[in-house]
Amino acid sequence: MYDIVVIGAGAVGCCVARFLSRYKADVCVVEKAEDVCCGTSKANSAIVHAGFDATHGSLMAKYNLEGNLMFPGLAKELDFDFIQNGSLVVCMHEEDMPNLQKLYENGVANGVKELEIVDQKRLRELEPNISDNAVAALWAPTGGIVCPFNLTIAMAENANTNGVEFRFNTEVTAVVKNGDHWTLQTKNGAIDTKYVVNCAGLYSDMFHNMVSAKKIHITPRRGDYCLLDRAVGEGYLTHTIFQLPTRLGKGVLVSPTVHGNIIVGPTAIDIEDKEGTNTTAEGINDLIAKAGNTVKNLPIRQVITSFAGLRAHEDHHEFILGEVEDAPQFIDCAGVESPGLTSSPAIGKMTAELLRDKLGLEENPDYNGTRKGVLNPKKLSKEERTELIRKNPAYGRIICRCESISEGEILDAIHRPLGAKSLDSVKRRTRAGMGRCQAGFCSPRTMEILAREWGVDQSEITKCGGDSKLILGIPKDRAHKEVQP
Amino acid sequence: MKNYDIVIIGGGPAGLAAAVAAFDAGQKNVLILERDSCLGGILNQCIHNGFGLHTFKEELTGPEYATRFIEQVTERKIEYKLNTMVMDLSPEKVITAMNREDGLFEIQAKAIILTMGCRERSRGALNIPGFRPAGIYSAGTAQRLVNIEGYMPGRQVVILGSGDIGLIMARRMTLEGAKVKVVAEIMPYSGGLKRNIVQCLDDFGIPLKLAHTVVDIEGKERITGCTIAAVDEHMKPIPGTEEHYDCDTLLLSVGLIPENELSRGMGVALNRVTNGPTVNESLETSIPGVFAAGNVLHVHDLVDFVSEEAEAAGRNAAAYVAAGGEETELNEIPVEIEGGPRYTVPATIDPKRAGDKLTVRFRVGGVMKKKSVNVYLDDERVVHRKRPVMAPGEMEEVLLTRAMFDKHPDLKSIKIKVEEE
Repeated sequence: MYDIVVIGAGAVGCCVARFLSRYKADVCVVEKAEDVCCGTSKANSAIVHAGFDATHGSLMAKYNLEGNLMFPGLAKELDFDFIQNGSLVVCMHEEDMPNLQKLYENGVANGVKELEIVDQKRLRELEPNISDNAVAALWAPTGGIVCPFNLTIAMAENANTNGVEFRFNTEVTAVVKNGDHWTLQTKNGAIDTKYVVNCAGLYSDMFHNMVSAKKIHITPRRGDYCLLDRAVGEGYLTHTIFQLPTRLGKGVLVSPTVHGNIIVGPTAIDIEDKEGTNTTAEGINDLIAKAGNTVKNLPIRQVITSFAGLRAHEDHHEFILGEVEDAPQFIDCAGVESPGLTSSPAIGKMTAELLRDKLGLEENPDYNGTRKGVLNPKKLSKEERTELIRKNPAYGRIICRCESISEGEILDAIHRPLGAKSLDSVKRRTRAGMGRCQAGFCSPRTMEILAREWGVDQSEITKCGGDSKLILGIPKDRAHKEVQP
Repeated sequence: MKNYDIVIIGGGPAGLAAAVAAFDAGQKNVLILERDSCLGGILNQCIHNGFGLHTFKEELTGPEYATRFIEQVTERKIEYKLNTMVMDLSPEKVITAMNREDGLFEIQAKAIILTMGCRERSRGALNIPGFRPAGIYSAGTAQRLVNIEGYMPGRQVVILGSGDIGLIMARRMTLEGAKVKVVAEIMPYSGGLKRNIVQCLDDFGIPLKLAHTVVDIEGKERITGCTIAAVDEHMKPIPGTEEHYDCDTLLLSVGLIPENELSRGMGVALNRVTNGPTVNESLETSIPGVFAAGNVLHVHDLVDFVSEEAEAAGRNAAAYVAAGGEETELNEIPVEIEGGPRYTVPATIDPKRAGDKLTVRFRVGGVMKKKSVNVYLDDERVVHRKRPVMAPGEMEEVLLTRAMFDKHPDLKSIKIKVEEE
């Protein structure tokens, strides 16, 4: 019997787990995918919002601001990539200036610091590649960008190091009250727990509705994105650029990423399929058409990949947090869509403290809230790097040419807590395969390393778990079978 | 810091030929840096035959062709480092490289020859809509898996793009027991060699659909199917022409891109058409003493011509070192193009430095029939060659000789013009 089971190892679930790990409790995170960060958390804008946008007085406004304030400290403690690059909401028409003013006032009311409306001249100084048509902008220096993979992975690793168990490939199919506790039916047997925390993202309505008469409804809202080559990113843009919505609709954001690419997106298309992460030609064309609205000279043709993510859009566009009224011991973290990534640490902390109070949890005396990420040799001096290679020659063998990722980094990703088992899980931890050739060169080599380290045949290695096999046999095997019945 | 006269970046066919030629031209202090575990580059995974017809007058496999050059390198005891990744090149010709044994180290070169080859364009660069499951490979990655690692990437195959590697892999996959259902090519003509279409598709009954592309990819974990549609003259899919194919594999052969990240970092000027360095008659880039050859310069169809080009680069680099890095005042005349060629290599020619023979290579932008290729030095036509068919998939070349230039001591313009027959 666990004290607490968290359903879902996305950003929210892993933040809940990490903040819970400072208390003495038996905690388990169950996840249907083979790794953390496999749903909404892996495909989004990767923005740490300043907090001016969410409606004043909403939970979104509250947790956005709290989350934003936590990021600089957490990035240090947990060693994930975060840059406070500031964001600009660009107003393209004089007639929309009152709306920019309203956004500013909403931000001030939400408690966002350092907000400022800047005129055309100042805007151009801040961002030389801003469109010539821009008239003014709301400047939020506290806005930031983050690596959403590393945020989630860091939270999970730290939770795991502090005693939280993770069960992957474990899809929960039913949640049943069993006297004083819950029983979760999973594909890998039943799990008993006193408390359940519902961090199931797109599926959070499904779990909520299993236990509560007050139904909620989540719509998968698809967002298509394009990611541009790092060669474009260098010096092109510093801030995250939003377009102030006009009567013609919402624009798309253009932002540098923490790794130096440029991200353009998202679209917003409501769909039925909670796994419908396929991009469409319409979506991508829409992005390409809008991308140049706020910035100039954007080389949109230098795209290295396009992808789609699904936001868990709750009908009222609000987070649903806390214990479910008619289902005691069942805690919701539902409807967490943008600014969900920004809010996730604050939601995690609040939820952990709620559970501490409910269960009377004591502090975990062995708790260590810091974690070191996968060692990045690029951050070392030449001398340090040579010394590193002398001690561990694997750091001298480059596997991913585009991002210069060495075997040492891949081994680190495999052998750390909740280590990588698939190509995508290596990619999210190290960036191997994330560059301009999109894993053309490195995937056979990474597969080889994964197979060797996990002691399995290469044919067992997957792209992202499940049936995502990369190899379907050996040459001429069918011919052999025909000859030797 | 170690010093070498000539450092060659990449030990594939171009790097090997350049090294041998530089050595034979008298420069013995040569080093090849190779990132893979053996010399030969991409030839090692090209186990089909057809290599060397021009160079050796016989049909060799890729590894056999490579071996002939590797033997020349080892006979001359030319130094090389394997498993060594070049991380950075400076305009002062300092090479920063890394491997397991030496760590991160620097080398000072007097001349550098860029022979890094090319890479395949990925799915991402094409914005093909759909899911992103396993089972989508570039043709070259699939070739490595099948020919080097001994694994089948899949059984039911659709190929997008009719580049040569895609055509070769259509045949290879078929021979290894897979079913190749169709090859779709977005252009109205193939990007591959005619002989490969005949020998790799026609001979195996594999349909080639020109002016078609993939408009959707299905399958959430492993690819389960894809949809192909015809495209109009603007390469936009035509509604109503969609055809669905069940498949477990999608191979992409949609173009090769010279790998010039190091060149760009060094400050070498790049050509927007080829994505390779802009070079003069000596195959020298915008940085004196830095030469380029092979697929890093412009993507070739035949390795024979890569070797030939690289030999020229090797000789020129040796001459540069022999002259002590001093260059006489250059008189670079831009090679003008008209009527079809998209670019030329070299882009400029100094007649004094053109040597006895100078090969100028180019590609045309579309299929052209009953044309002629002409070279004009000022107003004199010095080359006139009938070309019944020219296509973007086949590189063209013209040969200029010392005698032609000698007749024009005050040459002002060089023009390559495609005209009616």
